[in-house]
Amino acid sequence: MPSYVITEKCDGCKGGDKTACMYICPNDLMVLDPNAMKAYNQEPNQCWECFSCVKICPTQAIEVRGYSDFVPLGSSVMPMLGTEDIMWTCKFRNGLVKRFKFPIRTTAEGAANAYPDLKGKDLDSELLSTEEADGYTIATPAT
Amino acid sequence: MGLPDKPLGEIKAVRDPEVDEREVDILIVGGGMAATGTAFEVKKWTDASVLLCDKASLERSGAVAQGLSAINTYIGDNKPEDYVRMVRNDLMGIVREDLIFDLGCHIDDSVHLFEEWGLPMWKKTEDGKNLDGKAGLKMGTLKSGATPVRTGKWQIMINGESYKRIVAEAAKLALGEENIIERCFIVELLLDANEENRIAGAVGFSVRENKVYIIKCKTMMVACGGAVNIYQPRSIGEGMGRAWYPVWNAGSTYTMAMKVGAELTMMENRFTPARFKDGYGPVGAWFLLFKAKALNGLGEAFAGSDAAKAELAKYAPYGTAAITPTCLRNHLMLFEMKEGRGPIMMDTVTALAAIGETMSKKELKHLESEAWEDFLDMTCGQANLWCAQNCEPEKKNSEIMPTEPYLLGSHSGCCGIWVSGPNFDWVPDSYKWDYKGKVYNRMTTVNGLFTSGDGVGASGHKFSSGAHAEGRICAKSMARLVRDNADFTPTLAQSTQELVDLVYKPVRIYLDHCGLTTDETINPNYVKPSGMALRLMKATNEYGGGTSTYYQTSSKALEIIMDLLQTMREDCEKLAAGDVHELMRCWEIDHRIWTVEAHLRHIQFRKETRYPGFYYQADYPGQDDENWFCFVNSKYDVKAKTWEMIKKDYIKIIPDA
Repeated sequence: MPSYVITEKCDGCKGGDKTACMYICPNDLMVLDPNAMKAYNQEPNQCWECFSCVKICPTQAIEVRGYSDFVPLGSSVMPMLGTEDIMWTCKFRNGLVKRFKFPIRTTAEGAANAYPDLKGKDLDSELLSTEEADGYTIATPAT
Repeated sequence: MGLPDKPLGEIKAVRDPEVDEREVDILIVGGGMAATGTAFEVKKWTDASVLLCDKASLERSGAVAQGLSAINTYIGDNKPEDYVRMVRNDLMGIVREDLIFDLGCHIDDSVHLFEEWGLPMWKKTEDGKNLDGKAGLKMGTLKSGATPVRTGKWQIMINGESYKRIVAEAAKLALGEENIIERCFIVELLLDANEENRIAGAVGFSVRENKVYIIKCKTMMVACGGAVNIYQPRSIGEGMGRAWYPVWNAGSTYTMAMKVGAELTMMENRFTPARFKDGYGPVGAWFLLFKAKALNGLGEAFAGSDAAKAELAKYAPYGTAAITPTCLRNHLMLFEMKEGRGPIMMDTVTALAAIGETMSKKELKHLESEAWEDFLDMTCGQANLWCAQNCEPEKKNSEIMPTEPYLLGSHSGCCGIWVSGPNFDWVPDSYKWDYKGKVYNRMTTVNGLFTSGDGVGASGHKFSSGAHAEGRICAKSMARLVRDNADFTPTLAQSTQELVDLVYKPVRIYLDHCGLTTDETINPNYVKPSGMALRLMKATNEYGGGTSTYYQTSSKALEIIMDLLQTMREDCEKLAAGDVHELMRCWEIDHRIWTVEAHLRHIQFRKETRYPGFYYQADYPGQDDENWFCFVNSKYDVKAKTWEMIKKDYIKIIPDA
């Protein structure tokens, strides 16, 4: 199910040093054609259909079309990623449309507690830092 | 791999790249769950300098890039001893019980962090209802004692679309963005010039600019996932990318470690998951949450038949255990297919109807949503396949089928690197070793080199949470090793020029010869990585126990493929890259070929069929406990170019229940 870029919608992320899709693709597939200032998927048969580029595109210019080997034409699955939820619109080949909304996180973006001030005490124990802070005891197998 | 045979990439490679040389105390190679665990933990224990190199971008790299709908290992009210028993049975008896028990003691701490960071966990209410998203927090956190929604004894349900983004966020905050290089593909590890068997650095390159990185370090953790696209996939056009495991996993973990002499273990093990056909969507929730059954082509629930029970009895005690091992579940499915009773169908219609009988309309709507979320959270393409096939699971059943083989150490497989266990009295001496008098948990047999996640062998079923916890274990071990060896200064044996020449060889080959022919893709002086990838996949599929033979190989077939691999390795000296993206593909196929060779050498050495359903050695069907109830390890000698195959004793630590 390779991603594809809709010519009219892609603005090349307005000439930034890298586009959003280039930034995110885990397999380095999305590239910017510097002359056309449009992004494209340079290697569709290495696309994992992870939808990372679709979800991140600021202009909703990227969609996916099912792999030509086995997916009949006519369907589509489109996400809309928010800060707390993701909305999916699933269109069937026969025209049926299903919409779903799922939660994605319970905290504000950027709010993950990285415990920046936590310093472990006993480097020679097998306790992880937060376990040590909690007073956790590592079990010994019952034999 | 599969790259259109021309330098389509926008960043043309140049003969002489920029060189970025660095020296740090601790190097983290990889960016998935394991590496983000290390990144979160490491600064808690040391002020030493740390650098993380990720081939992709941390926010969506690794196996969890797309998200997950469940965390498959959460110990909760279970005992770590039972976790060991489950893993041992699923992997046919031969596992490192010290590593599994140890991990079982730490996994939940990572899961509790995920929830604190914002990953939504489903909870059970007192009257047995499920609450997801923020509503789940009304029941409190898992850490405070709330009850998760279990689909099996070990799995808990999550709303995991942003799982990796959340975990990466904490890792970046903890490590500092300035200590992370994204789009940096490390391709070879480097030993110290003065001290034998001591890691001292790594070399790689940017996949976004013409730049080679040479990084010296005192210690290193390598976790770059398993190996995918090593066997011909069932879809060989565009669908080649629709691998079950992430298609960018190139065996780099195993290859880089083995080429500095690290001992591998159980590389014969592989995983061929049975999944929804072609889309490779997950089946776990369908079996466990919705209680669906798999039917053969005649409509029979074959797994419960007397014939199936008799077949499983051949593999007692594993086959007769309450939970049938994953490989044997495949074995039963293959048996039906080979007997002409395929295809195998997941009976979603009956399952949803049965659940629907006890539910209100609103609850039923929510259930339908849960079924779709299972796909949309982790295999979006499967959802699209159902849409394209007009498949509503309450009205139409779907086919399931075992995939092409994958190599991995963190899911339901256990190939990987042989590492030291923790320094506890109960850990057998042969499972732990020292470096200058001290034991370092998860250190490989190369001093200073650590691994976690898919890298650690003989210890499967860690999944996402276990990989993260194991990465954290490595972080602490590395902090300790740096403290204990403050006087060590890494020294590389190779010059800067030698390393640049090594990494950029495919670029030079391309530039030297591309002008010879009118079509640069067909040139007698070089081979493009896309062509080499297909050559590897054809060979493994035909001789190495791929799907074309129902995963069967034989001594003669193995002999043939060893010859084929030898010529592939020779021809890899003539790989050609016209742009930096293609240079990445060149190094990936090199890594894949070495990893496959290790896999097949192990299969060749183990003269039995330990994992029926994953692979069959036709000359040695069935299990031979008398001779082969042991680990198989291997060690590659780079200088002599020889493999040493080693039997290692299995030691039972946890008694049967």
